[in-house]
This record gives sequence, C-alpha cells and structure tokens, in this order.
Amino acid sequence: MSIELVSLAVLMFLVTYPSRALPILAPGLERLPPIAFEYLRLVGPAVLAALAATAVMVVSSEGGPQFHVGIEWLAVAVSAGLTAWRRNLFVGMLAAVALVALARLFGLVGYP
Amino acid sequence: MTAEAQVASSRRELAVGALGIGFSAAGFGFVYGLAARDAGFSPIEAAAMSTLVFGGASQFAAVGYVASGLAWPGILLLTALLNARHLLYSAALAPWLAGIPRVRRALMAHLLTDEAFALSIAHFGRLGRTDERGYWIAAIASTFIPWNVATLLGATVGGQIPDPTRFGLDVVFPAAMVGLAVGLVTGRRELVAAISGAILGVGTGLAVGTGIGVIVGGLVGPLIGLAVPRRADEAATALGTPASAERYSMPGAHVADRPGALLDQADRDQAGLP
Repeated sequence: MSIELVSLAVLMFLVTYPSRALPILAPGLERLPPIAFEYLRLVGPAVLAALAATAVMVVSSEGGPQFHVGIEWLAVAVSAGLTAWRRNLFVGMLAAVALVALARLFGLVGYP
Repeated sequence: MTAEAQVASSRRELAVGALGIGFSAAGFGFVYGLAARDAGFSPIEAAAMSTLVFGGASQFAAVGYVASGLAWPGILLLTALLNARHLLYSAALAPWLAGIPRVRRALMAHLLTDEAFALSIAHFGRLGRTDERGYWIAAIASTFIPWNVATLLGATVGGQIPDPTRFGLDVVFPAAMVGLAVGLVTGRRELVAAISGAILGVGTGLAVGTGIGVIVGGLVGPLIGLAVPRRADEAATALGTPASAERYSMPGAHVADRPGALLDQADRDQAGLP
C-alpha cells in the first residue's frame, strides 16, 4: 500500500498549523494588514472555482490539454444552483451525481 | 439558574449542534474518502490527510492537485493560503483560551475548524466564560471523529465499487468544489474572484496544464476581486466573529441553514444580523 502521500500530508499539516496555533499560542503575532486578510478571504472562492472549472473543462490527451464539453458542465451547474438555493452542499452533490448517472444509464451521454 | 445548570444547559445545546454537524461531517468525509481513492490515494494516505491536515476544503483541493500532477511546492502554497482563514478564528478564540495550559492549547489549535469555532465561541458567549470541555465536545465530537472515521470508510469501501463513472461518481469532486466555492461567495468581490479564478484556471490550464492553471487562477483571481469596489450595503462581517464563522464555513455543515442561528442577540447585534 502506497504511503508516499503521507509525507505530503505532513507537509500540509506544517503549513496549516501555524494559522491555527499562532494567535492561540502567541497572541498579537497574527496581525496582518487588512488588505492581506481581504486577499486571503478571496483565495478560497478563486481556488475552488479554478479546481471545479479545470476538472470539467480541461481533459488530458496525447496532444496536450483539450477543451471538453459534456454533461459534467450541467451537473456542476446544477450542484452550484442547488447549493446556493438550499444552502446544503450534499443536496447539490447528490443531484449532480444522480444527473450524470441517469444520463449514462439511459445512454444519453457517453463516458469520460 | 445556578452556574452548573447554566453550563449543563449550554452544553446540551452545544451537543445538539455537534450532532447535526457530525452527521454532515461524516457524509462529507465519506465522499472525500471516495474522491481520494479515485485520485489514487491509498486508505493510509487519505486517512493521514484527514488526521493531520483536518481541513475539508484544502483536502478536497489536494485531491485535485495530486490528480492534476501539480508539484508539491504549489500544493503547499495553495494549502497555506486556503487554510489561512483559521488565523481569524484562532485570533478570536485566543482571549477565551488564555488561561489553559500551553500544551493543551497547542492540541486545541490543531482541532480548530470552521465548525469547532462556530460551536465553541457561541457556547462561550452563552456562558460568558470559557468551558474547556465544551471546546473538546465541539471539536472532537462534531467533526474530528466523524470526519476521520468516514474518510477511512470512503477510502476502503470505495474500492468495492467496480466502475465509479457508471454511477456518476467522477463528478463528485467538481460538484464538491463548486459547492464549496458557492458557500464562500457572499458578495461581488468573492463572485468576481471565483469567476476570474475559473476563467484563468481553464485558460492557463489549456495552455500549460491544469496544475499551473489552478495556481494562476487561485492567486490572480483574488487580485481581480480586490479591484472590485465594495458596495455600501455590503459591509464586511467582522472577521473572527461567530458571524464570520457562519459566513465562511462549508455549506451543509452549518448547525442551521439561516444566518445567525448560532448567535445570541449580542452577537447578532454586533454582526448586524436581524
């Protein structure tokens, strides 16, 4: 069983822990300019949106990355809409999975 | 009401909240385990992430980074940025935890999540003082145990599913990512940062590879968001307050689905919530 990524987990812990611990263990050291906090606040939506978009729009092929259009777009859009509406991530994810599974079951779309 | 009765009452309220969050964390942890396995993580690797990193969004993101072949320095940079919000929660909790021995505070810090912060600071607020046991209930019972057990289940049971794409499980990852992003979009700046990040990610990904695309989208998208003026009626929720925890934590993991559900009236007044 592979354990190579355990090292990555340790390193990710090392870059995460200071954010959690610094103010609790050494109050006052956490002060950053407001613009830095605002930037950090915007990193979350930007990274997550970039991950989602590249996951469904870019596929690897022998000739390099290719633009992809498929049912996954609709599934992700449905997930986003339902999550925003119901404020529940599970509902959105379940709907996305069900949509793709049903579309493939009835042969409406192909497999990736 | 005596002090003991007040603590017991507030802990009961805390436990009910922790139970709801625990179910959500378990479900989400199971899906994370599935996604990690699908990306090539072994059960030990998936479990190590959940135990050591213990941050849902950054763990899901790491699955995507690894799957796209992003180099480890890039993964670490994005992880540090994505988890930097804990600084806010930690700063808000620091005065409450000041009297607790340093070693225990160090362990408490590792268990600090959006959910633990929201539950515990509301509990402290109700009591008007620190209740260390309440913090452990909030951190361990609500999230740490269900998240880790469910991760292990997802990473092992997931192997029994013969063809995940047949069941649409290949869209779990992007659906989770976009859902988490939606939960963080609370104004024009966040929306612009998200859209910019997505466009830059795809554009750069097509040109030089998805790993680099995610870095460019994640780092440049916020700069574009910062250029958007904030509307007058879009005042920022005070960072490090219970309201900010509710605002920025993962959708579906909230104690309740309405803003301010965790807050007492004083918190709501401070955060400008009805």
